[in-house]
Amino acid sequence: MTHWIVLPIILPALVAPFIVLAARYHIGIQRVLSLAGVLALVAVACGLALQAADGTVTLYQMGDWAAPFGIVLVTDRLSTLMVLLTAVLALFVLLYAVGSGWDNRGRHFHALFQFQLMGIMGAFLTGDLFNLFVFFEVLLIASYGLMIHAGGNARLRAGVQYVLFNLVGSTLFLFALGSIYAETGTLNMADLANRVTLIGPEATVGIRVAAVLLLLVFAIKAAVVPLHFWLPSSYAEAPAPVAALFAIMTKVGAYAIIRVYTMIFPPDLEVTSGLHDLWLLPAALVSLAIGMVGVLAAKKLDRLVAFSVIGSMGMVMVSISLFTPEGIAAALYYIVHSTLAGATLFLISDLVRSGRADLALTKQPVMAGNALTAALFFVGAIAMAGLPPLSGFLGKLLVLDAGFDSDLVVWIWVVVLSSSLISILGFARAGSILFWKAHSVTPEEGAAPLPRPAPLSYVAVGGLITLLAAHTVFAGHVHGYTSTMAAQLFAPTPYIETVVDTPGKLSKPKGEY
Amino acid sequence: MELLVASAIGVLTAGGIYLMLRLRTFPVILGISLLTYAVNVFLFASGRLTIGASPILQDGVETYADPLPQALVLTAIVISFGMTAVVVMISLGAFLGSDDDHVDDQPEPDPETGPERAEGTS
Repeated sequence: MTHWIVLPIILPALVAPFIVLAARYHIGIQRVLSLAGVLALVAVACGLALQAADGTVTLYQMGDWAAPFGIVLVTDRLSTLMVLLTAVLALFVLLYAVGSGWDNRGRHFHALFQFQLMGIMGAFLTGDLFNLFVFFEVLLIASYGLMIHAGGNARLRAGVQYVLFNLVGSTLFLFALGSIYAETGTLNMADLANRVTLIGPEATVGIRVAAVLLLLVFAIKAAVVPLHFWLPSSYAEAPAPVAALFAIMTKVGAYAIIRVYTMIFPPDLEVTSGLHDLWLLPAALVSLAIGMVGVLAAKKLDRLVAFSVIGSMGMVMVSISLFTPEGIAAALYYIVHSTLAGATLFLISDLVRSGRADLALTKQPVMAGNALTAALFFVGAIAMAGLPPLSGFLGKLLVLDAGFDSDLVVWIWVVVLSSSLISILGFARAGSILFWKAHSVTPEEGAAPLPRPAPLSYVAVGGLITLLAAHTVFAGHVHGYTSTMAAQLFAPTPYIETVVDTPGKLSKPKGEY
Repeated sequence: MELLVASAIGVLTAGGIYLMLRLRTFPVILGISLLTYAVNVFLFASGRLTIGASPILQDGVETYADPLPQALVLTAIVISFGMTAVVVMISLGAFLGSDDDHVDDQPEPDPETGPERAEGTS
């Protein structure tokens, strides 16, 4: 049994308390430790992704207890891809936080950052629903701290909303878990997949309620309309590097939906039929539309980016809710793109903020580092709005192509294309007000020019944009890989057999372990 | 006993949801606490209701209580307790800072007329 699988959880879990205990007052040591931890995490994630690339499912039994009695961690193509994406995103976000000095504007940024990574990694790796709940809580507790990092009244008030909304979400999650356990007597995902098929048609009330509750919980995380109300305020008020890291958190919800609703409640299961095409797909289309209308209507740049995140999550959910291999493959391609593009835009909005009085979309004097920031914003907006040549365009094509076989194909095409147009208008409006109209305003006499953002900040944003470009150039390879991933998800038998049939310590004769 | 437990969960949930919809921090936090109590009892009931049954294998015992929901409830209690403490602190900070305990967004002054610096860095 290889122990590498547990390392993405253990490593941040060890680095974080070490930072708190040993390097409490030394921001320099904290930065070195945190960066080293994230670099090691990227290396481990690469190794895991390579290991899972040929389709092997690897199992890690906690304490050598066999499933379903013990908690298991499982890696397959999907979970390793998400782990790798998180680690790479964390690296650039951390570089930005160090470069811009955000990590030094409050206490314990690096420790909370590592705990947040621990929670996200655990949520991607676990093979047990209750353990998924626990890791959700880990990442949420850390995110509460990060969200109100550096304080301020507006941020604290947005933090209250964010925490309360997520507490309600956690309570719903527990209700869902309770009803699943009452119906099936297990919470291990692979074991559940076996047992749900055994439920007779006359006794499906409980499991149907549980399936819907679970979908609601994950939809809250994924910010699907009408459960998206927590997102705009909290993402807009959170410190920019934190908001950029939060770009992966909505994807945790999308990941959980893909995992649970391909394995436990697959689309051909009669119990939950109608859940995806009747409810999830229209909700996803509405969130795509509302997100992009929000982009056009936003009065501040940070809110604009937050609404574009809702819109791109809508796009991801449209593609997921088709629940065909093509749809899931397109969704996974778009998830990578949307995470990188959302994080880039949040970081760019902080570059803008550091050179202006505020982020309101009004005419203000030319900011420091205007030309470079404008160029970066241009690239980021093209990516997010889905214009050629960047990966947003390719992702959108894949989603449109996957939507052909759906009954709602007309709606999908109309909403996707018109919302793209609206978001292009929104981004063009914001960019021209921020960067061009500034030239028509004369700065006040005697106003001290604000300093340019640090070079390291530009390196971090540039790195993310380079990744987006690579995601576009190697789109064929990436989409080929996400297609094999979708194929693996729709043939879950090897996953289930690996988890359920591997013996643990009680099923081996004495002396063998 | 089933009726008693079920109606207890129902009443707690209803009260919790009502308080949550008050949109002021103190009632909302109380409402969330009520909801977590409801969910804890609900998790217990998911292992079937038994009285005085042993959760551990023993000789000569016929009926057992399911031990797993008890472990789940313990985890849920610890997490919700910690979360409640966190949210009390954050909302106290928000209330003392802005002298307003609304949970929902209040209408902002128009940025065209009265720009307010929203990014607090203190």
